[in-house]
Amino acid sequence: MKGANLGEFEELVLLTIASLASEAYSVAICDELEKYTGRTAKLGVVHSVLNRLEEKGLAKSRLGEATSARGGKRKRFYEVSHAGKVALVKSKEVRENIWRNIPGFNLEGSI
Amino acid sequence: MKQQPKATPPRWATRFLHWYCRPRLLEDLEGDLNEYFERNVARKGVRSARLIYILDVLKFLRPYTIRKIEFFHFFIHWIMIGSYFKTSRRSLVRNKLFSLINIVGLAVSMSVGLLVISIVSDLYSYDDFQDKKDRTYRIITKTVENGQTSETNLASTSIRVGEKIKESIPAIEYVTAMRAGFSGDAKVGNSTVPIEATWADNSFLKVFRFPLLKGDLETALKEPQSLVLTEKTAEKLFGESDALGKTVRFDSTIYTVTGVVQNIPKLSHINFQALISLASIDAGHNDADLHSWANIWQNYVYVTFPETIDATKLQPALDRLSKQENKTLTNRTVSVSMQPMKDIVLGGSLMNNIGPTFAPPVMWTLCGLAIVVILSACFNYTNLSVARSMRRSREVGIRKIIGAQKSHVLGQFMAESVIIALLALVFSFALFMVLRKEFLDLDKHIADVFSLNISIQNILYFILLAVITGIAAGLMPALFFSKMNALHVMKDASSMKIFRRVGIRKVLIVVQFTLSLIFIAATLIGYNQYKGLVTFNLGFKTENIINLRLQGNKGNVLAKEIAQIPAVKGISQSMMITSLGSKHGTNLTYETDSSLVWENQVDEHYLPLHQHQFLAGQNFTARPEKGKESEIIVNQQVLKKFNIGDQNPEKALGKIVSVSGQQLAIVGVVKDFHYGSLENRIEPVMFRYSSEPDRYLNVKIVSQDLPATLESIQKVWRKVDKVHELDAKIYDEQIEEAYAQFSLILKIIGVIAFLAICIASLGLFGMVVFTTETKLKEISIRKVLGASETGLIYLLCKGFLLLLVISTVIALPVTYLFFDKVVLTKFPYHQAISISDMLGGSLIVMLLAFFLIGSQTVKAARNNPAKVLKSE
Repeated sequence: MKGANLGEFEELVLLTIASLASEAYSVAICDELEKYTGRTAKLGVVHSVLNRLEEKGLAKSRLGEATSARGGKRKRFYEVSHAGKVALVKSKEVRENIWRNIPGFNLEGSI
Repeated sequence: MKQQPKATPPRWATRFLHWYCRPRLLEDLEGDLNEYFERNVARKGVRSARLIYILDVLKFLRPYTIRKIEFFHFFIHWIMIGSYFKTSRRSLVRNKLFSLINIVGLAVSMSVGLLVISIVSDLYSYDDFQDKKDRTYRIITKTVENGQTSETNLASTSIRVGEKIKESIPAIEYVTAMRAGFSGDAKVGNSTVPIEATWADNSFLKVFRFPLLKGDLETALKEPQSLVLTEKTAEKLFGESDALGKTVRFDSTIYTVTGVVQNIPKLSHINFQALISLASIDAGHNDADLHSWANIWQNYVYVTFPETIDATKLQPALDRLSKQENKTLTNRTVSVSMQPMKDIVLGGSLMNNIGPTFAPPVMWTLCGLAIVVILSACFNYTNLSVARSMRRSREVGIRKIIGAQKSHVLGQFMAESVIIALLALVFSFALFMVLRKEFLDLDKHIADVFSLNISIQNILYFILLAVITGIAAGLMPALFFSKMNALHVMKDASSMKIFRRVGIRKVLIVVQFTLSLIFIAATLIGYNQYKGLVTFNLGFKTENIINLRLQGNKGNVLAKEIAQIPAVKGISQSMMITSLGSKHGTNLTYETDSSLVWENQVDEHYLPLHQHQFLAGQNFTARPEKGKESEIIVNQQVLKKFNIGDQNPEKALGKIVSVSGQQLAIVGVVKDFHYGSLENRIEPVMFRYSSEPDRYLNVKIVSQDLPATLESIQKVWRKVDKVHELDAKIYDEQIEEAYAQFSLILKIIGVIAFLAICIASLGLFGMVVFTTETKLKEISIRKVLGASETGLIYLLCKGFLLLLVISTVIALPVTYLFFDKVVLTKFPYHQAISISDMLGGSLIVMLLAFFLIGSQTVKAARNNPAKVLKSE
């Protein structure tokens, strides 16, 4: 199934949601991603990824409370769903497996 | 310090976002964009923040954000249409006055629209019965005389083109050549019928679909002296009996009927009573001139192509043909091109055109006028609906609370206006039937050109017009209602700002009245100009002159008979009637100069009868036979053009000029007069003597009783000519007829002006009634507090009067400039625009409006305040 696989950026976004815990809404996710990666994260890109993650069932969302900021509009907060957690863990395992099998590769010295 | 107002993102971008975005995604997305916007305002300034916001809104237009089309909503419209209909009907019945204003306005304006639709549809369906309409082309000609720069565009061409074109373009399917202008008296047995016919070659009936009822398509027009009749002509000549194979005599030539075609449909640009084979002209003597490349004045050539050929790419081949053939010409160049048959009627003016033509600008102007009138009625609807929105706000509120969405309310009000427009269409159709008859009777040419049939296609267009009108009228009110906030309305309807849209409404009223005033001022100015044209001092007298077309009879014989009538004061003969627009010209040579000069051939009575003024010299003295002339009379322009006798009339006398190979002495110089129409400047004109010009008799009468005189002339005519109908016209009426197109345009604009004023006044009336009704309490309270009646009337009127004044201030200068700078520059001999005319027109409109406003405000101001206030 195509939908079950996590793309690289999807994984990053999902991880960021997890790291932001209860404060994970689109703008915050963008800012956080920029901080982690050093690249600019466009709202348009992030927004579509969030939408896709939700469609795949990897993330859940709910609307927050209205405040006077943002023109009175509510925020949509995201959290990682169970399936999302499974996918993240699996992806991490896959990577670690591969890392482990790279022969003679000195992690400390390589950088 | 005052706080800076908070920067906001551009509203239209937000609205656009609202429009396209899925409701589920909308709120947080808009919030995100707002957050970024605020951030960017702080960082980069308001301007670039707004720009980024707009770009972001556009960038978010992606498949996953776009709202799905909600079929369910459409479905709801269908379910609700019964309810819409019911509420619309109730609201129509409840407000009878406003419904009446709306329906009458829409019906009247749409009837004009229907008329224009039928006119345009007629024009486009010309020649539709020709099955090869799309692939038939007419060869048209452009010619320039050597040494001149102005080119003449002709619908006619040379027969030679028809003979040569197939060599240049082998792809041509059929070529046909025809020659217009045969007219003669057909004699069958003892009866004589005058007939106008067209010469045509044998392919004519293959190119054009004029179905043969009798006769053979392959050979009908092949042999010389073949004659093909239409059904109607055949019946005239032979009655019920079979015409095929019978003979018809014109003068001494005998023609054989080889075919009978169906009567020609009305919407055909080619029209004939009979066809004569083109070969008949050549029979007996081969006329070389007829087949020359320069003989381009009377012949028409049509070609058809197979469907696979793109005829637009064939011009180079025609250019090569023109170039080759032009080698044989010395005094002019001729070049031919193709005109699609479907463009002939709307193709603009070509000289020697056959069939009706209609200039596209005139057609578009007609459409424009109809649209203006319809829009005016739409404005009424919009104005009244928005103004009275308070009355229906509760209905909308309840609908919204029950669950109607914006689109539903929008749909409801659009449906309502479309229903009203369709209702109006029923009335307007009845009006259209009247208007149609009036239009066809307006001028005898109109009935020839238009049929204005009501076809299924036209009825569909009518319905389409009604629907579009309904949408145009209802859009603004519908948007207004759909935006209403349900809670606000239900809580306190009076808090609604009913006068919030006063600005737009005022603008609409001003536009309506400005247009009405422009129309009426244009009509009045136009009427004055037309009067000026008809009564213009032409340089000679036309009063009490009857012009009689001789139609082949001997002028002298008839003149002698007519002179017996007591009321006849004098008779002269001429080749043509001047000042009606037609022209005849011949080259005149003086010393080394040679140039075209307009001419008229007249007898010795003509100049005195028409009271032409001699500046020098006198009338013809010699009475030469044809071809042995020795004298000529010219006007001042001739002296000026050739510089004869230093332009001094006395010195010019006796000078010799050469015309048609004859040496003529100038014996008289007449004062300049109008030979052509008043649209042109006065040009050089000469009078030549002819004892029997054999075209027209000019009969000067003294009688006050014109019909009786005409009757006695008719009696005399009957004695001399038993075949032809008398064709006698009063000169002054002929001049009026020559400018009939102007009077026609005037009548049309006049009617439209009248309608526009009616509609605008209806709208104004509605607004005044509404305003006074809403302000009734205010007036009563003012009255109780001691306001005078005049004061109240002034208070109610001044707003409307101000609007009228603004319209006048806009309309009058616009009309004046339009006529002064655009229209009248085309008429060298126009009248000055009189300011009093224009003011008079606006005064009428103002008085009408004042009456409408006054009647209502006086009624309101005279109300008993106790009665009004008690009912609270």
